[in-house]
Amino acid sequence: MLALEDLEVYYGEIHALKRVSLEVRDREIVALLGNNGAGKTTTLKTVSGLLAPRRGRVSFEGRPLTGVAPHEIVARGIAHVPEGRRIFNRLTVRENLLMGAYLRADGGIAADLERVFALFPRLHERLTQVAGTLSGGEQQMLAIGRALMARPKVLLLDEPSMGLAPVLVEQIFETIAEVNRQGTTILLVEQNAAMALSIANRGYVLETGSVVLSGTAAALGENSEVRRAYLGE
Amino acid sequence: MDLQLLVTIFPQVLLDGILLGFMYALIALGYTMVYGVLEFINFAHSEIFIVGAFVGVEILLGLKSAGLLEAIPWLPVLLLVLVAGMAASGLLAVSIERIAYRPLRHAPRLIPLISAIGVSFFLQDAIRLFESIWRNAFNLVYPTLDVLNRRYDLTSTIDIPLKSVVVIAAALLMLWALWALVNRTKIGTAIRAVAEDQAAASLMGINVNRIISLTFLIGGAMGGAAGVLFGVQYSLVNPYTGFIPGLKAFTAAVLGGIGNIPGAMVGGLVLGLLEAFAASYLSLLTGGAFGAEYKDIFAFSVLILILIFRPKGLLGEVVRERA
Ligand SMILES: Nc1ncnc2c1ncn2[C@@H]1O[C@H](COP(=O)(O)OP(=O)(O)O)[C@@H](O)[C@H]1O
Ligand SMILES: [Mg+2]
Repeated sequence: MLALEDLEVYYGEIHALKRVSLEVRDREIVALLGNNGAGKTTTLKTVSGLLAPRRGRVSFEGRPLTGVAPHEIVARGIAHVPEGRRIFNRLTVRENLLMGAYLRADGGIAADLERVFALFPRLHERLTQVAGTLSGGEQQMLAIGRALMARPKVLLLDEPSMGLAPVLVEQIFETIAEVNRQGTTILLVEQNAAMALSIANRGYVLETGSVVLSGTAAALGENSEVRRAYLGE
Repeated sequence: MDLQLLVTIFPQVLLDGILLGFMYALIALGYTMVYGVLEFINFAHSEIFIVGAFVGVEILLGLKSAGLLEAIPWLPVLLLVLVAGMAASGLLAVSIERIAYRPLRHAPRLIPLISAIGVSFFLQDAIRLFESIWRNAFNLVYPTLDVLNRRYDLTSTIDIPLKSVVVIAAALLMLWALWALVNRTKIGTAIRAVAEDQAAASLMGINVNRIISLTFLIGGAMGGAAGVLFGVQYSLVNPYTGFIPGLKAFTAAVLGGIGNIPGAMVGGLVLGLLEAFAASYLSLLTGGAFGAEYKDIFAFSVLILILIFRPKGLLGEVVRERA
């Protein structure tokens, strides 16, 4: 469904991605693991069009995404929950959610708001509140809810557990699994490898810009290198 | 000190201050909206403003020489002039952004600013050249519509010309329309989203460049409306007339909290009132030691004081991020 082939991405002189190839199939949850600075965020930004690869291709449903503007990539059905949430602090919760549905002209927006409130009841309680005043966990819920308002086929999540208390982390991951059961394909970037592998079908491990390992979530969870480097054993 | 006189002229001074304040507010919107989305000071906005005034005077002079000015009722004439001035200034602002700023979007901050200063000088002399060829003069006078000079008595000592009522009503209407657009519509929400985080806005499917163009269009149109109203109210325009009101409107935007739309409105009114009261009262209150010519010194001293205590402006940034 979503395929990255031999991506080479640079920040000026810095070679951030080296021949990165990976694939996400329909209705999967794919985990992208790796330490700080490995290139996970860079990978997601390249998919959503915020960065342009110097070489290589991204394609979605058989059509190329490379060179397509971010706002058009959203229209194709890919929503990106960026690192650090990036909600609109000065907009209300409701306005943030409606911005998520910016491109939609169908009548399903109200129903999708209800769906987001079912996943995150807290957002419903805070609907008219300015988003900058939400707690960290609520902001993450809003960032995910906002992306879902686009009714994406694929959801890109960049470290949804970052900076959250353990209880909240568990709750967010349960919700991600639920969103996937409802039919959304997910590419999940995480440093919390244990959590990510617990809900993923497959995974890839990035190290300094290259994919060094890949396999089913179960196989990666049993791999001795993964256990040592990412699962703290 | 003549207390009686102070009281007698108060309503007149208040009216002058409000008029001037609305003028500044309308111009300040252009600075503040553009700053809000690009963190960039559109130095050419004072000329975008004065182009509105020139389009207005050209249409009025054209109608006059065709003998139509007194034949058509004043309200449609004024609406026509206002809409034409807004369209011209709005489109001019959009073109300037497209030609002189967008290619420099990723250049160091000083570069687009210098480009803007260049555009500003270019436009001043382009207007001068055009008017010199076309009319053989570049100091133009707004043709008066007699009805607009009709005065209405509010009390036995205060009267108000119809044109001032019209200027205030038009300014209020436009400020309200802009407020409603920005706060009550989807496209307005998108403008605020782009102002806050362009990359995140693009991830919502918002075409950021289109929103930036729209911001220049709206800010420019408000400036053009201010230009026409300025001409109607104060009559004289020349290619360099925009500069000082532009600078003051920019100050008003900073005073209100640059990037903040209600702030520009408040800042404009505060500055207009300060200036009007300083012009009329300084001399009276100091027994003639400081005359009206000190009005700017007084007004700007107050501004500096306000900014020392509220560096982000009167309505700057209230939301604080929580981790
Ligand atoms: N804006 C940037 N400018 C320069 N280098 C960057 C930038 N963003 C990331 N990098 C570098 O690219 C590499 C990959 O970063 P990133 O994709 O953010 O890693 P991750 O998300 O896995 O922590 C790192 O070496 C980082 O320092
Ligand atoms: Mg990252």
